[in-house]
Amino acid sequence: MIEVKHAIKSFDGNTVLKDVSTTFETGKTNLIIGQSGSGKTVLMKSVVGIHKIDSGEIIYDGRDITQMKRNDLNMLRREIGMLFQGSALFDSMSVLENVKFPLDMFSDMSEEEKIERAKFCLERVELSHALKLAPSEISGGMQKRAAIARAIVLNPKYLFCDEPNSGLDPKTSLLIDQLIQDITHEFNITTIVNTHDMNSVMEIGENIAFICKGEKAWQGTKDEIFDTGCEPLEDFIFASNLFKQVKRAHHIFKEEMKKN
Amino acid sequence: MIITDAIEKTGSYAMLMYRVITKPDRWKIFFKQYREELKKQGIDSLAIDAIISIFIGAVITIQMIKNMENPLLPNNLIGLATREILLLEFSSAILCLILAGKVGSNIASEIGTMRITEQIDALDIMGVNSANYLILPKIVAFVTITPFLVLSSMFVGIIGGYCVAIFTDMITLTAFEAGIQYAFNPYFITYSIIKSIIFAFIISSVASFYGYTVKGGALEVGKASTDAVVNSSVLILLFDIMLTKLLL
Repeated sequence: MIEVKHAIKSFDGNTVLKDVSTTFETGKTNLIIGQSGSGKTVLMKSVVGIHKIDSGEIIYDGRDITQMKRNDLNMLRREIGMLFQGSALFDSMSVLENVKFPLDMFSDMSEEEKIERAKFCLERVELSHALKLAPSEISGGMQKRAAIARAIVLNPKYLFCDEPNSGLDPKTSLLIDQLIQDITHEFNITTIVNTHDMNSVMEIGENIAFICKGEKAWQGTKDEIFDTGCEPLEDFIFASNLFKQVKRAHHIFKEEMKKN
Repeated sequence: MIITDAIEKTGSYAMLMYRVITKPDRWKIFFKQYREELKKQGIDSLAIDAIISIFIGAVITIQMIKNMENPLLPNNLIGLATREILLLEFSSAILCLILAGKVGSNIASEIGTMRITEQIDALDIMGVNSANYLILPKIVAFVTITPFLVLSSMFVGIIGGYCVAIFTDMITLTAFEAGIQYAFNPYFITYSIIKSIIFAFIISSVASFYGYTVKGGALEVGKASTDAVVNSSVLILLFDIMLTKLLL
């Protein structure tokens, strides 16, 4: 579990995170949602330790990273896997080498064991046919899957995904979402997904934090999201006609259920 | 503004080098990268090094011949002057200025692209010291290989001079050879190698700094690459004067 307590972060006098407190639960896909510029990426980067918060606490299962020295933080980071928006695979390496890289750096396994483990992770994301290809030779969706395989190769306790669906078609997005959720449950990971894709919210949102203008405006599950009473959240979620209709259908369904 | 900016940049550079110059996480990976960098920066620079050196060696010889037509000046001065120019200045300082363009821009754009595509963030998140992992092999490899590039430039440059003596009738081979061998001071080679090691450190570390600290997109990577070449060239010239005063 990761707890964020009263996190404040400013850039050049502009406060981006204003006293944010939230909890990301273990074994669940925790979503951070919000409009562009709301501060969700800053929140995620602060939680992962790329940005140092001005005040507050970020606690990973009892360990406050704001008080950690660089070496201790580096040790903790070995328990973290991260999927970047642009995949961030290393161009100079093949898909297999990319996935094997964290093992090369941090494990004492033999070369055969490392290759076996990397292949297992690539099989898990259904990418065992692309072992020798370079990242530039595979599609965006495959790059995301390879990045997921790299993120889980060291059996992380925490998995961060920064806009995993950006630039992907709806079908591939769904596959990536499903994969993230399956891996979260399978390995009992604390997963945090930063997204503004409403399909992802409805698909995998087990614990959702809505960030608006640097503050946490709402927190709940995907089932609670239809009746939040939170105006900025309603504006954000039901901006499109499709989701307005989904909301209407949800209410009709609920009333029908009550009548019956 | 310019002064505060320069001080700020120097401070950031020093802090980056503090992170770079530490023990690598894995020596095996370090040596693998080191070998790759030796090839990329050294072996792949041999051709340009040889082409430039042979032509400059020949041009220096022709210019010396044209400027020493006075019958009172002995012919062997031509070989001597060619040798001294190559050994003292061209093969160390001028060659390093050329390498700043080739290797420096390559390093800055490679690391800069890794920065803007979040590959460096990915390393940091994994708990890897990204500065040490990416930059140290480049610096060590370039510092190792540059003296050899300088030595090969000296050798090939003198061959360029020989070509003038062999293929033209501007100077006899005997006179050129006598000049090349006259009053040879081996310390000049040591001096050139010392200079080249320092210049190699400047080129690789300054280019790495500009690449590592890029913010933005492709446009900024291009700008960082140019800044890396310009600033390392200026530093090479500055250190050239200081080292010449100190070492000669």
